[in-house]
Amino acid sequence: MGRKLLLEHINVPGINTFDVYRSKGGYASVEKALKTLTPDEVVEEVKKSGLRGRGGAGFPTGMKWSFLAKPEGVPRYLVCNGDESEPGTFKDRYLMTYIPHLLIEGMIISSFALGANTSYIYLRGEMMPQIRILEKAIAEAKAAGFLGKNILGTGYDLELYVQPGGGAYICGEETALIESLEGKRGNPRIKPPFPAIAGLYNCPTVVNNVESIAATVPIIRDGGDEYAKIGIGRSTGTKLISAGGNVKKPGVYEIDLGLPVEEFLYSDEYCGGIANGKRLKAVVAGGSSVPILPANLFMKTVNGEGRLMSYESLADGGFVSGTMMGSGGFIAFDEDACIVRNTWNFTRFYHHESCGQCSPCREGTGWMEKVLHRLEYGHGKMSDIDLLVDVSKKIEGNTICPLGDAAAWPVASAIRHFRDEFEWHVTDAATAVTRNYGLAGYADPLVIAEKAG
Amino acid sequence: MLKVENTQVPVEFSTQLLAKFADKVSRYPEGKQKSALLPILHDVQAEFGWLSVPAMDKVAEYLKIEPIEVYEVATFYTMYLLRPQGKYLLEICRTGPCCLVGAEKIMDYIEQKLGVKEGEVTPDGLFSWRGVECLAACGFGPVLQIGPEYTFYENLTPESVDQLISDLRAKASN
Repeated sequence: MGRKLLLEHINVPGINTFDVYRSKGGYASVEKALKTLTPDEVVEEVKKSGLRGRGGAGFPTGMKWSFLAKPEGVPRYLVCNGDESEPGTFKDRYLMTYIPHLLIEGMIISSFALGANTSYIYLRGEMMPQIRILEKAIAEAKAAGFLGKNILGTGYDLELYVQPGGGAYICGEETALIESLEGKRGNPRIKPPFPAIAGLYNCPTVVNNVESIAATVPIIRDGGDEYAKIGIGRSTGTKLISAGGNVKKPGVYEIDLGLPVEEFLYSDEYCGGIANGKRLKAVVAGGSSVPILPANLFMKTVNGEGRLMSYESLADGGFVSGTMMGSGGFIAFDEDACIVRNTWNFTRFYHHESCGQCSPCREGTGWMEKVLHRLEYGHGKMSDIDLLVDVSKKIEGNTICPLGDAAAWPVASAIRHFRDEFEWHVTDAATAVTRNYGLAGYADPLVIAEKAG
Repeated sequence: MLKVENTQVPVEFSTQLLAKFADKVSRYPEGKQKSALLPILHDVQAEFGWLSVPAMDKVAEYLKIEPIEVYEVATFYTMYLLRPQGKYLLEICRTGPCCLVGAEKIMDYIEQKLGVKEGEVTPDGLFSWRGVECLAACGFGPVLQIGPEYTFYENLTPESVDQLISDLRAKASN
């Protein structure tokens, strides 16, 4: 049975309320931090914990905090990134729905460490129910003296607000999020300057993922060294993994980093295997933007070692034979899943969500979507496959923010590992189209005409 | 050019709505009231069902910003509706993980059930539907949401869609 640091009390009735959360030891970490530690000591504990950003990039959280500029007389801000929109990822929504006070407690600890007196939780606008849940929890925490002026008599002040977005995946990128929080389109900013120097309202700002902020609660409770004992290598602590696709038991699981992928996928404690007795064909391990891996490469590295659910092990082999932990958005594909159709679907997503600021991303994602569409619907040419690889290379690394890379990697990796399936869509177009047509909500009119004879 | 329904019907913001605006503006530092734009547009949409040009102009006036600053935000984010929709807008997730578990079949079914294509309104004015990108509920797909509360309906089947539409029809007639 894996240990639970974030989800330990998630099934306790009423844990979404202040009183029940408090009765389970909630807000003890706030008391410890504010009454017995200095802000620098809190930062030091987070550094010692080895916590890496849980939103996808995996940058060490304590180090990110230590970059924050501290000019006199200038406010600093903490912004929680709750704009969870990466296909395959739904852990933050789960955490905020069922145990909102954990995030609020983490926000207080993190804001104290950073010297922020006003902090914002930016949530994607579609999460209106979660916004209401958090606003209620904030009111409860404030009534109990954990927010507002002079928290617990320590002299520390903090106001916490929830901000809805407007439905744009790009706002998960930290500078786009800041633009959106300032009431603008979510166009990412050119870095540097990084938000730690000039972020919200041009003031020093830290943007952290929901799960990263929640993880500060057990880190302060147990100490950074204890947290660092969990996991393997530089992948310390626990991680929330959201499992979806063709697994038997989709859901959100907390694992110790370093868990063997085989155990995660097949044991009854986690995914329980592939649904309907099918075989595993491929896995996207960390949200739609990370490279897709065929089953054999997901289960074992090219050296024949069992793959682990850790940042290093999943990345072993680079993009040739490895992938990334990303946000922990785990999607399993069974033997019947069509890789071409899924790649087209993901590319449509990135085309739709491109902010349009950079030409390679704006034009390239649309171009890839068109080419994939004609491959999927039986009008592709063999040269289209190399064209896709070429376009993806021209997007990757040539945009202001990582959305371009996120759009390019699924295409490049799908062709790298499943080229025969793309070729089959050209050579046996009629069979490929017929197989998928039954699933198509938006069937190509030309195909319908062909089918009608 | 704005892809907004062309209407010049004036709008008035109620006292209650203005109180919500004021609460939003109070959350940001002095002079940074533009930060309240997205939340205020959500409030306006919840009140009127969509964002008309006169409504956006009035928001600009309230926040002391230029109307173009409101238009460029309203046209960027997909949640803002720039033309009237049915009373209930069913937004179905059409992204990868939901499609793996049948989202496209559900969209087909909803189209047949309602008898209108994506983006159209049923003759009784009650329903519209559209496919939307990832709703962050990938483990519980297929899913749909209905504003303005953005209630989620998970693990959809044709039967649960029948029940939902029937419930909404009953709710509308009460």
